[in-house]
Amino acid sequence: MRPLPDATLDRLRDAFEAPDLDHPRYRAIERIGRGGMGTVYLAEDLELGRRVALKVLHPGDAGAVERLREEARVLARLEHPGIVPIHDVGTLADGRVFYVMQWVRGRRLDEHVRDTASRGDRLRLFVRLCDAVAFAHAQGIVHRDLKPANVMVGAFGEVYVMDWGLARVAGTIDRRDLRLRPEGTDPGPRVASDRAERRAADPTSSLLTRDGQVVGTPAYMPPEQAAGGAAAADARADVWALGAILRFLLTGVAPGVAPGARQPRALEAIASKAMASNPEARYAGARDMAEDVARWLDGEPVLAHREGLLEKAARVASRHRVAIALVGAYVAARVVLFFAGRG
Amino acid sequence: MNKPLLGLLLGGLLGILDGLSAWFTPEVRSQMVPIVIGSTVKGLLAGVLIGLFARKVVSVPLVVGFGLVIALLLAWGIAAMPDASGNHYYLQIMLPGGILGMIVGFATARYGRPPRPAPARA
Repeated sequence: MRPLPDATLDRLRDAFEAPDLDHPRYRAIERIGRGGMGTVYLAEDLELGRRVALKVLHPGDAGAVERLREEARVLARLEHPGIVPIHDVGTLADGRVFYVMQWVRGRRLDEHVRDTASRGDRLRLFVRLCDAVAFAHAQGIVHRDLKPANVMVGAFGEVYVMDWGLARVAGTIDRRDLRLRPEGTDPGPRVASDRAERRAADPTSSLLTRDGQVVGTPAYMPPEQAAGGAAAADARADVWALGAILRFLLTGVAPGVAPGARQPRALEAIASKAMASNPEARYAGARDMAEDVARWLDGEPVLAHREGLLEKAARVASRHRVAIALVGAYVAARVVLFFAGRG
Repeated sequence: MNKPLLGLLLGGLLGILDGLSAWFTPEVRSQMVPIVIGSTVKGLLAGVLIGLFARKVVSVPLVVGFGLVIALLLAWGIAAMPDASGNHYYLQIMLPGGILGMIVGFATARYGRPPRPAPARA
C-alpha cells in the first residue's frame, strides 16, 4: 500500500486538530504556527479588544497537558523584553488546554536574516538573543531547543525567544527523553510516510518525533544532549545552540552545511568555543558569549581568539578608519601642496 | 574630559603642528612665529566652538560637518590677510585647515564626556 502524500496527511491532521474555539473571551482568526506540543493561532481577545497568540495543545496527548501548563509557568516566570509574555491559561470547550501570549508581529530569525545583509545588524540581534537566554539561565531555566525558527524578530528589531516547551527548570526532575534517536531505531508506533525522508534531509527541522512529541532539533542540539538525555542538558547546552545560531547568522546556512565565504577568525573562534564538544570548554553562560560578540562589534579583541600582530593592526585600523582616513587626507593635502609649491 | 575642553586642547595642538608645517614652504619660513601663533589661536577657537557644538548635537556627521565649516571660515579669515609681498594663500591655509576642523569634529563627537542629563522636574 502506498503511503499518503504529505499534503494529504497535513490536511487530515489539520481537520482532526482544529480546536473548538468557542470560548467566551477568545476568538480564533487563523493558524500561525505549529510546534511539537501544540498549534498556535492568531486570536482576538474580545474582552480587551486586542490580538493575541493562542497556543492549543494537540489533541489526544493527555501526557502533554501538564507539559503545556509547565511551559506556561516557565513563561510566567520569565519577565524580560526578549521573552514573549504570557497573559492567560485555560481550557477550551473540547477540554484542550491552551495559553495566551503576546502576538509578536515579526518574522522568524531564519526568515529575517535573509533580508539582513549587514553582519553588524545580525550580530546585534544575536547579542539581544543572548541577553534573553542569559536572563532565563539566571532564573534557573534552560531552553534546550534554541534555534533560528524559535526566535522571532519584531518590526523594530526586538528579539523574542519562543517555544519554551522543552525548557527545564533547575531543581526539577524532567522525565522527558530529549535524546536524539535515528528514525530507524525509534521505538513505538509511527506513521510511515515520505516525511521520514524530509526529516533525514533537513536536520534543522523539529520534526524528529516520537508519537508526535518533539524531542529536539539535531543541528542545534549539543552532543551531550543528543547522547545523554535530559539530565545532561544544562545552561551550556543552550550555549552550544547559541554557537550554532551564531554560525547560521554568519553563514546563512545551517550548522554542518559547508559555508560559502570565510568569516572573521574572531567570530569563528567564538562560535567554535561555544560549540566545543566538552561543555567545560564552552562559555560559562550566554552572558559571557554575548560580551565576546559585543567586544568584536566594538572593535576590541575577543577572549575566544588570540590574534596575531597583523590581525591586531587590521582590527585597530578598522576600528579607527575614519580618524585614520582624516589624518591621511591631511597628510596627503600637505604633501600635494608642498610639491605644488615647489613646481 | 568634557567635549569643549577636548576640542580646545586638540584644536590647539593640531593648530601648532599645522603652523609648524609652514616650515616646508621656504617663502614663508621667515614668518614662522606669527604663522604658528595665528594657527594656534585659530585651532583653539575652532576647537572650543566645535566642542560646544558636539555637546549639543549627538551626530558624528553633523559635528564633522560643523568642524569643517568653522575651520574653513576661520582659515578664510587668516588667508584673506596678504603676506608682506601681497600674496594670498587661500588653498594652502584653507585646505589643511578644513581637514583639521573635521578631525577635531570627529574626535569631539566620538570622545569626551557628554553633559550630564538635567534632573527630571516633577
